[in-house]
Amino acid sequence: MKRFSALRAGDFTRIAILIIPLLFGFGTFANAASDAGHGEAAAHGEDGGHGGHGEESAGDVIMHHILDSNKMEFDPFGSFALPKLVIGGFDLSITKHVVFMWLAAIILLAVFLYVGNYYKRIGSRKAPGGVANVMEAIVQFIRLDVAKSNIGEGYERHMPYLLTVFVFILVLNLLGLIPYGASATGNINVTLTLSVFTFFITQVAAVKAHGIKGYLAHLTAGTHPALWIIMIPIEFIGLFTKPIALTIRLFANMTAGHIVILSLIFISFILKSFIVAVFVSVPFSVIIYLLEIFIAFLQAFIFTMLSALFIGLASSHDESHEPEAAH
Amino acid sequence: MEGMGNEALGYLGAGIGAGLAVLGAGIGIGNIAASAAEGTARNPEATADIRTTMIIAAALIEGVALFGEVIAVLLVLK
Repeated sequence: MKRFSALRAGDFTRIAILIIPLLFGFGTFANAASDAGHGEAAAHGEDGGHGGHGEESAGDVIMHHILDSNKMEFDPFGSFALPKLVIGGFDLSITKHVVFMWLAAIILLAVFLYVGNYYKRIGSRKAPGGVANVMEAIVQFIRLDVAKSNIGEGYERHMPYLLTVFVFILVLNLLGLIPYGASATGNINVTLTLSVFTFFITQVAAVKAHGIKGYLAHLTAGTHPALWIIMIPIEFIGLFTKPIALTIRLFANMTAGHIVILSLIFISFILKSFIVAVFVSVPFSVIIYLLEIFIAFLQAFIFTMLSALFIGLASSHDESHEPEAAH
Repeated sequence: MEGMGNEALGYLGAGIGAGLAVLGAGIGIGNIAASAAEGTARNPEATADIRTTMIIAAALIEGVALFGEVIAVLLVLK
């Protein structure tokens, strides 16, 4: 019986390994097909001469795909508008990216509630299987390789934030790769918000570790008071470069991937050639697509890693060797 | 530059700027990868540590390059 269940688990993994690329592969073609309608318009736009008004160019379609909007689109099945909401002059509409963030939150809640209950049920004596096993690998990875090795002592306090930010970014990145998906991490507002969280957590950790006096003393970088007029502005700007670098990195990486895939697909529409489509557009966009899956994991990892690194640097007690890790 | 409007110069600047940013990032990340490969060959036990350091350093360099790219994109879109 045990052997049977082991076989079953192995089969599941194999099926999952097969299905996941297929799903993502289907995503490429569905996205391509859904954009093809726009692509026809783009090709006609080229016919009509450059700078023709009214027609969509390839650039417009790409921008439309990347930017946030008030519509959920399911070409060719139509679309539906999302409610607009303006409170006190602030546009608080529910947009496409907000919907995807909710979706990510729901997915994560479902998975982690299930896994939490699973562990309650089986206790700590039995080895976990299935989804719980995967999640355990992720949690252990964040705990040991990211939090513990970068923050060191007291890393448990920062585990909830690091783990949340990792899985949230990961799911948002991957949601952008499924059919009709949009990656909310390709929106600079989302990434800026996430790095503002990191910024405040870093500052709080620094104040907790050194006290308010030590925190302010750190702004002078331990130099002679005559140099303070130069050092304090530099250190002050240095505080803000870190979150801005985090913001731009995640935003630009996720946006660039989508632009590259769509540009490759649009080569065949602009040149209007089947040969280009078969031998250039499709194979190259599939390759970039697989690279994008890797980048989705890598960028989630890097955001978490750098957050942990900044928290660790801010709360570390040895001031002697602080690497310049902020650019 | 006769006959080139401001718009054309903007596109030219964006293209050259994006190219230079990519060039710098390529050289930097290439250096990191070369050193990491060398380090791994000399001391295979430290592979995991070297890889982590490499990814962080590459990400930081990439960040600077992406600043350049974002500026180039802004030049084109303005």
